[in-house]
Amino acid sequence: MIEIDIRFNRSNFKLDFKQSLNDPVTGLFGASGSGKSTLLGLIAGFISPNDGFIKLDDVVLFDRNQSVNLPPHKRKVATVFQDGRLLPHLNVKDNLLFGFKLTPEQDRCIDFEVVTSLLEIKGLLAKRVHELSGGETQRVALGRALLMSPKLLLLDEPLSSLDIRLKQQILPFLKRIKDEVSIPMVYVSHDKEEINYLADKVFELTN
Amino acid sequence: MIDSTFFVLSHAEIEALTLSVKVATFCTLLICIPAIAVAWLLAKKTFIGKSLLDGLVHIPLILPPVVPGFLLLILLGNQGLIGKWLHETFGITIAFTWMGAVIASAVMAFPLMVRSTRQAISQVDSKLETAAQSLGASPLKVFFSVTLPLAIPGVITGLILAFSRSLGEFGATITFVGNIEGETRTLPLAIYSFTQTPNGDLAAMRLVLLSVLIALAAIVLSNHLERKAAKKMGRV
Repeated sequence: MIEIDIRFNRSNFKLDFKQSLNDPVTGLFGASGSGKSTLLGLIAGFISPNDGFIKLDDVVLFDRNQSVNLPPHKRKVATVFQDGRLLPHLNVKDNLLFGFKLTPEQDRCIDFEVVTSLLEIKGLLAKRVHELSGGETQRVALGRALLMSPKLLLLDEPLSSLDIRLKQQILPFLKRIKDEVSIPMVYVSHDKEEINYLADKVFELTN
Repeated sequence: MIDSTFFVLSHAEIEALTLSVKVATFCTLLICIPAIAVAWLLAKKTFIGKSLLDGLVHIPLILPPVVPGFLLLILLGNQGLIGKWLHETFGITIAFTWMGAVIASAVMAFPLMVRSTRQAISQVDSKLETAAQSLGASPLKVFFSVTLPLAIPGVITGLILAFSRSLGEFGATITFVGNIEGETRTLPLAIYSFTQTPNGDLAAMRLVLLSVLIALAAIVLSNHLERKAAKKMGRV
């Protein structure tokens, strides 16, 4: 469960968000500029709120009053970005294992075999990142995020750089992850259909 | 005038060559880690005194090399501010030794290594670093597993530039450590000495050719390593 009660101000931009997210997949919907990605950045720890708190299960990620602000690498919150962001100097297998290796053995709850067959990326392991298609890149990025055994998975418009045909191919993978891996997800998109297909509950952000 | 003996190096010439390689190697090793650290600071961080650090690092590039040489003498000479203490406490003498030559060329080569590395580090996409962080990598881990590997072509260029600059260093070296055969007479100093000696032209010419060869080899090696690194990164 994620509890969020934050205020975030930057020049010309203001975001107030107060919600408890309890569902397997929470959708965040809104036009561009509404602060969807900002909210994810705040949960992941890339940026800090001006005030308030963020709690993930019983771990305080941020609390202004208690002066707590966990750095991103200690939050156990994985993000899948719109542009994949695979590491170009590593092959697919080493990208997948990047977060896995950084996770202590007793905290690993997801198996390499399971993820690679779930996402059908076994045949890509030896490939270099620049040899992948857009859809393959996003599947590998998804696998890489899952393999760090996160307590929360943030998906920041993971399909928006793909064409409709590819979107249709990848959505079932996301559904599969939702059904077979018990990691709560926050899914950000400006595409209502995508959100409705995956999310159990949807919040709309307005400007 | 030129016969087959032209290509046989004399003892003094071999000494100058090996000394140069030794000085350049130690110089490159000495500045490698500090230069990467300073390059990272300048490329990624904002802090008070950044422009000052930037200026200090780069000033040897602009000054006549005699000036850093003279400043080193004032600081590290046996009667110098630090040199006196080093000499009296540890019995270490730096001025007029090959170690001094290493330090003189390190000061001159440092800005070149920093520039090249800084450029490469600032070109590393910070989004990739953010991605690595979100996968559980600490800032130190991000540096060693993402930033540095992606900046490695620039680091290699920097190392080779530093090595070559050290091989060619003249002004700061002769001012700080003099021109002592077998101790501080590196290739450029040996060439200079030969041109000042009657009948020294042939020897000077041999060392000039040698310098050109070494310079060419450094450029070829640098290009080769950069291509290899780029290929590994999938940019070619």
